[in-house]
Amino acid sequence: MEIQKNSRLRNFHQAKWDEEIIFELSTKGERGILVPEVEPEIKAIVGDGISSLPENMKRKEPPALPEVAQMRVLKHFLRLSQQNLGADLNIDVGQGTCTVKYNPKVNETFASSKKATALHPSQDESTVQGALQIMYEMDLFFREISGLDRFTLQPSSGSHAIMTMASIIRKYHELRGEGSERDEIITTIFSHPSDAAAAAVKGYKVVTIYHNPEGMPDIEALKKAVSKRTAGLFITNPEDTGIFNPRISEFTRIVHEAGGLCGYDQANANGILGITRAREAGFDLCFFNLHKTFGAPHGCGGPASGVLGVTKELIDYLPVPVVEFDGSRYYLNYNLPKTIGKVRPFYGAFPVILKSYAWIMSLGAEGLKEVANIAVMNNNYLLKKIREIKGATSPFKAGKHRIEQVRYSWQELCQETGVDTHQIALRMADFGFHLWSSHHPFLVPQPFTIEPTESYSRNELDEYLDGLRHVAEEARKEPETVRSAPQRSVVHKIDESTFDDPKKWAITWRAYLKKHGKPSK
Amino acid sequence: MDTKKSLIHPYIPNSVPEVKEEMLKEIGVKDIDQLYDDIPEELRLRRKLNLPQPLLSELELKRHLEKILDKNKSCKEYISFLGGGCAHHYVPAICDEIAHRSEFLTAYAGEPYEDAGRFQALFEYESLMAELLDFDVVNVPTYDWGQAASTSMRMAGRITKRNRVLVSDTLSPERLSIIRNYCHPVMTVDLIGHHPETGLINLDDLKSKTSPEVAAFYFENPSYLGFIETQGQSIADIAHSNGSLLVVGVDPLSLGVLKPPSQYGADIACGDIQGLGNHMLYGGSLGGFIATRDEERFVMEYPSRLFGIAKTSVEGEWGFGDVAYMRTSFGGREKGKEFVGTAAALYGISAAVYLSLMGPQGMRELGQHILQKTQYAMKRLAEIQGVRLRFQSSHFKEFVVDFRGAGKPVREINHRLLHKGIFGGKDLSHEFADLHTCALYCVTEMLTKNDIETMVIVLKDILSRG
Repeated sequence: MEIQKNSRLRNFHQAKWDEEIIFELSTKGERGILVPEVEPEIKAIVGDGISSLPENMKRKEPPALPEVAQMRVLKHFLRLSQQNLGADLNIDVGQGTCTVKYNPKVNETFASSKKATALHPSQDESTVQGALQIMYEMDLFFREISGLDRFTLQPSSGSHAIMTMASIIRKYHELRGEGSERDEIITTIFSHPSDAAAAAVKGYKVVTIYHNPEGMPDIEALKKAVSKRTAGLFITNPEDTGIFNPRISEFTRIVHEAGGLCGYDQANANGILGITRAREAGFDLCFFNLHKTFGAPHGCGGPASGVLGVTKELIDYLPVPVVEFDGSRYYLNYNLPKTIGKVRPFYGAFPVILKSYAWIMSLGAEGLKEVANIAVMNNNYLLKKIREIKGATSPFKAGKHRIEQVRYSWQELCQETGVDTHQIALRMADFGFHLWSSHHPFLVPQPFTIEPTESYSRNELDEYLDGLRHVAEEARKEPETVRSAPQRSVVHKIDESTFDDPKKWAITWRAYLKKHGKPSK
Repeated sequence: MDTKKSLIHPYIPNSVPEVKEEMLKEIGVKDIDQLYDDIPEELRLRRKLNLPQPLLSELELKRHLEKILDKNKSCKEYISFLGGGCAHHYVPAICDEIAHRSEFLTAYAGEPYEDAGRFQALFEYESLMAELLDFDVVNVPTYDWGQAASTSMRMAGRITKRNRVLVSDTLSPERLSIIRNYCHPVMTVDLIGHHPETGLINLDDLKSKTSPEVAAFYFENPSYLGFIETQGQSIADIAHSNGSLLVVGVDPLSLGVLKPPSQYGADIACGDIQGLGNHMLYGGSLGGFIATRDEERFVMEYPSRLFGIAKTSVEGEWGFGDVAYMRTSFGGREKGKEFVGTAAALYGISAAVYLSLMGPQGMRELGQHILQKTQYAMKRLAEIQGVRLRFQSSHFKEFVVDFRGAGKPVREINHRLLHKGIFGGKDLSHEFADLHTCALYCVTEMLTKNDIETMVIVLKDILSRG
């Protein structure tokens, strides 16, 4: 379908290099980089270094890595990068729940500085006072942002922070003699899958609360779920629907009365910075994803950081070490009597922490609140406009406002045209957009989730809306165009039939060659 | 920002008052606060957060950050012998070039169509690691070695339907702590002893602790303490005859010269990719790998994303996607295998670039270089009066130096080395009771002969003074 005259849509085509697999580029004898030889005096004294290895530990066949000259390696990965759509290039509002926002370039310069890259974690504390100061101040910032009393920066992601919360809760009950009795964690279906999964890793039975017709987690179901077996509650608020649960304090109270602890999944807190906090809602633990709300890049899926805070009563359970300041010097404190131990080597994902520190320092208190305000305004603007698109709906809470995101539905469009949400997402790629559906299970039929954050201008939001409108209209007028999409992205319809077949799946190139033979290409 | 100042922060375009007004009008509210009408008043924070004054201009921000970072002294300024799970290796310029590309750096979770690039790069990462490890399956990176080892144990537990693991007692105490926490309360972790002279696993102790509940044995090679375990195949045979799996942790940088664990009976290999094209970043740039044979009973127990290659509707075009997605927690919540989420993908891409540049020859030459320098440093240190090498074994990259005969604690020796611009080896006195006079020295390609000589001269001087 042609792009309408007044549309902001681009005549887009993604870079498509039809690039080989790196192994296909190999020519015997080519070198990508040379390694220095040791000084002759060393060689004279120790010889070749290899002969003295135990015979049964010597590698006989060299690893069959590709042999590719330097420029071709560079070109290969540059081409692959061009075949990827980062937030710096697109209007990245279509990956709802992911908080894909601007990651300031200046912050990259800090993390690329030798004063960061060449720091070893076991250096004497006197030589890493800058790094420790940043970590210590981050703890202070997050105490204020959440209202809780102490933070660890160690968890490597949101899911990892959930696992850490489950570990703290388990130890807390164990030391009170209730470790085996309290064996259930309660969560809600619109909380992240890891709220259930990471609890199960720590041996917990997971009790999942579903939503009522308004899309709210069912408080009556919670009342029935709590018992002497309740170890804790893991819950998001607002949930993936973008609806704030106004009865959240009752939730935490009910769980506390049953003897459980409450963990707040604030992986995405972009809509409530400076607006509402974990403490006032009665939480004992909470965590924030620095790579979401706090401006650090997502890196194709990490490095990441899930900074985790607790109330006074739980400080002694935190992973060690925590960073302390005695008024003149920063130092690492390993002396937490009830610590769960470690969840990550060393102290945390320092480059991520550093970038988020710079992000917070650039914005300050008023800036953080403005982030939330504008993110919420942008979201409600999109909500208004998307509801006007024929075939798109926003289930639950009709006419009410949402916080930072909305889980929409293409159900009506799908019923009308037979085109589903996945096909629409792939057609959006033809215009340079991402569009994500939802975590499983799909409780909202034909879901799509949009979260605009504060980063995109109104003009950009309008361009994205033009994309949604165009594709929805196309689904009616030329459904085949949508079904066969993408046509202007990097690759065409992928044959997914092998991915669940152990005889055919190929997770590495060598496995592909063994199962399917050398390609004739 | 605050309207009275009407300052527009560069990161927040729609703060422009006219734009804001029009958008609010479109929404149908008078002010933004109305959009929070679901949040009860008692939960509203009606005061400003108490945070430092912002550094609004980029210049001021840079000045502030640089001032803080300048307090750090890095391994570029000091001669460093620190290792123990994070080490100073050379990062080729192209690794940095690719890792800084906006397209990769700022991407997240797009489909394998418009994000085909990251799928292919990570598939290639898996494939390159597979060659190094001589295994057919490698995961998209998890957080770090500690997590990779922990998950390997839990995988072994599910595969064998057993709940006990036996772990070498020469493991890094940090890693052991991570494993213990991650396994508790589903699996128990017991330690296997070592020979005090060599560090090698005590097979008698291993046999005596073996029981029908043991899901896996775990050791590392080279070990945390640097020595090379030579009894891999015997340990594998003991494990397998007991119906247990063998899990081996390995430094991938050693695999140009050392036999990979798969070739002496390991069922699962794990480790960290920091050294493969990633800077140290204060221990913040880790990434964990897990590798196995391509057998359904193994593959289906991975919690991680596994990117596979496939054909597309266009002849000759490669496509990629998730293998067995429904096994993950994205697919099945608590019924999935452990959990999956954001981890260390970008470091996987750097590692792919690194291994592509190095090739088979580069990895062999680097392995050889590290072996030669390690052996040289060991020899030079052992010549110093009062210094001896703790373990009589072959070593790669790291080794334990015992200062018992020097009559000075490691803490004091390191303190004095520091004054001469040297980060001495990691003090082991808090980590192992029987190594309380020892330090773990790490030697990589970043140290020159002169660096080693400087350290030897300074150390001699320190030890010769009372």
